[in-house]
Amino acid sequence: MAFLDLTHLEKTFGANRVVKDFSLGVAQGEFVSLLGPSGCGKTTVLRMVAGFEQPTTGSIRIDGQDVTGAKANARNIGMVFQAYALFPNLTVAENVAFGLRVKGVPRAERDARVTEMLRLIGLPDLGARFPFQLSGGQQQRVALARALAPRPRVLLLDEPLSALDAKIRVSLRTEIREIQKELGITTIFVTHDQEEALSMSDRIVVMNGGIADQVGSPFDIYNRPTTRFVANFVGTLNTFDARVENPETGTVTLGGVSMTLAEGSLSARKGDTVAIALRPEALHLGRTEGRETVLPARIEAVHFMGSVIRLRADIGGTKVSLDTFNRADQPPPAVGSAMEISVSGRDAIVLRG
Amino acid sequence: MIRSARFWSWIAFGAGLLYFFLPLIGMFEFSLRAKRGEYSFLAYERVLGDPQFQQTFLYSVVMALFTIVWGVFLVTPTAFWVRLKMPKLRPYIEFITLLPLVIPPIVIVFGYIRLYNTSSFLPLTGSALGTDILLMFGYAVLALPYMYRAVDTGLRTIDVGTLTEAAQSLGAGWITIMARVVLPNVLVAVLSGAFLTFAIVIGEYVFAALLNRPAFGPYMVWMGGNKAYEPAALAVIAFTITWACMGLIQLATRFSKHERAKR
Repeated sequence: MAFLDLTHLEKTFGANRVVKDFSLGVAQGEFVSLLGPSGCGKTTVLRMVAGFEQPTTGSIRIDGQDVTGAKANARNIGMVFQAYALFPNLTVAENVAFGLRVKGVPRAERDARVTEMLRLIGLPDLGARFPFQLSGGQQQRVALARALAPRPRVLLLDEPLSALDAKIRVSLRTEIREIQKELGITTIFVTHDQEEALSMSDRIVVMNGGIADQVGSPFDIYNRPTTRFVANFVGTLNTFDARVENPETGTVTLGGVSMTLAEGSLSARKGDTVAIALRPEALHLGRTEGRETVLPARIEAVHFMGSVIRLRADIGGTKVSLDTFNRADQPPPAVGSAMEISVSGRDAIVLRG
Repeated sequence: MIRSARFWSWIAFGAGLLYFFLPLIGMFEFSLRAKRGEYSFLAYERVLGDPQFQQTFLYSVVMALFTIVWGVFLVTPTAFWVRLKMPKLRPYIEFITLLPLVIPPIVIVFGYIRLYNTSSFLPLTGSALGTDILLMFGYAVLALPYMYRAVDTGLRTIDVGTLTEAAQSLGAGWITIMARVVLPNVLVAVLSGAFLTFAIVIGEYVFAALLNRPAFGPYMVWMGGNKAYEPAALAVIAFTITWACMGLIQLATRFSKHERAKR
């Protein structure tokens, strides 16, 4: 049995069904991300776990204990909010100690725990400061320390990095993950940022319209999306309509060129049209070994992104993106030039849904 | 052009100052003339030495303090709850809190006397303590527009919803949330409301006179009808108290712990 068990959760606000038959089991110490666009229901699921919303139907169990009807302050769950939510009238140390004081932890033990937490987040000397005297990143670290101080059973992170600038976001997500691993705390992380979800999680739940579209490891979610929504939402994707030539061998035609897909990936009849997706990194400029399908293309735009160059090309009327590594001795192709692009059928993803 | 605009704004400012301060200066000057042929503080000495002044002023101060406590207990949780759980009701609550500004106090007090007289189900006017409680409720109603607005403005400056949820996730119940999260963060606003309440209660006449309580307002009116120089001295004292209250609001803002740290 999972440590955190969400079973058939539903939530309706008036006539609006925000979460539909959502089930998820999270193992102890696991880091699971709920990933999806705004309004997909991911924050509502998190708020139901926290106790801020009551599920319309379904149940929530933590460590075997049914907490569906329990009040938020009786669940022993730590939560970090997007807007930090530090108490402005309390110092950093008082903020971290808040949950411990509420629990009635003795002063000496409380002070020791606050010191330990401040050291854990790398701010051992800032205990006497007020929240507004800290940067956004520091405030969010304090919020994390405050949530962790009372030793919660589950940690909930509600888009904690969204309000921070890009550089801090990247460094803080590494820190959060390291702290989570060090403490071994079961964590649910809500984000709409696929990069955050992919880089931090043990598992990702991609949500769409109140349901879990796909649940899997970051590797599976990125490389083996099972629905068109997941494929489009996670990473950049080039989609093509292909015609099935031979279902047994997995052969399809793409812009008049034949391509053989990975074994077992095709479940369609001869003559059917299927949606094929290729990641930008699966497309290569020129003919390359191991990529048997060569497609004629015209370069339409070149975006220099530092280590990577993203090209926009036209393949028989289909616009595609492809990535190539930057090399100082090899300038990118000129806009308007005719090129060949090679792909392997093994990299193609057949989309359903 | 700019110099000319600045000149006229100084003229307007000076005219405003004269309009406001000249009567006060005149009143102050008059209050100093109690001794024939020379300026003195005789009128002030008489007023401050009058046992009735001391009794009525002390009575009003005590009533003001009770009104403030009652007002804070009534308004802060209400404004908090409306913001947190019933935001749609805010316009209606605001309208209700404005009613004391449009309903004359005499109507309210007659309503009270009719509702709580000795033959009613709750005969508050039957005893001095009961009447004092009734008077305190009345004062709280008069101060409601100011107190509610002050607290509501204070609540607007913090993210009440998220802070409440953060406290709840840390195990806090409603009393802890009110005492340790909400009140300390709106304390400056509550103090502003409290000082305004104090100023209102000290000068209030209608409620105290019609409920026949020995308050400072009726004393000032009685003094105005019976003495020459003392009413002017009393008015200056009353002004000083009001301005001291306003100064205290400023001080409270300035010396609030986390507000001070901001500077």
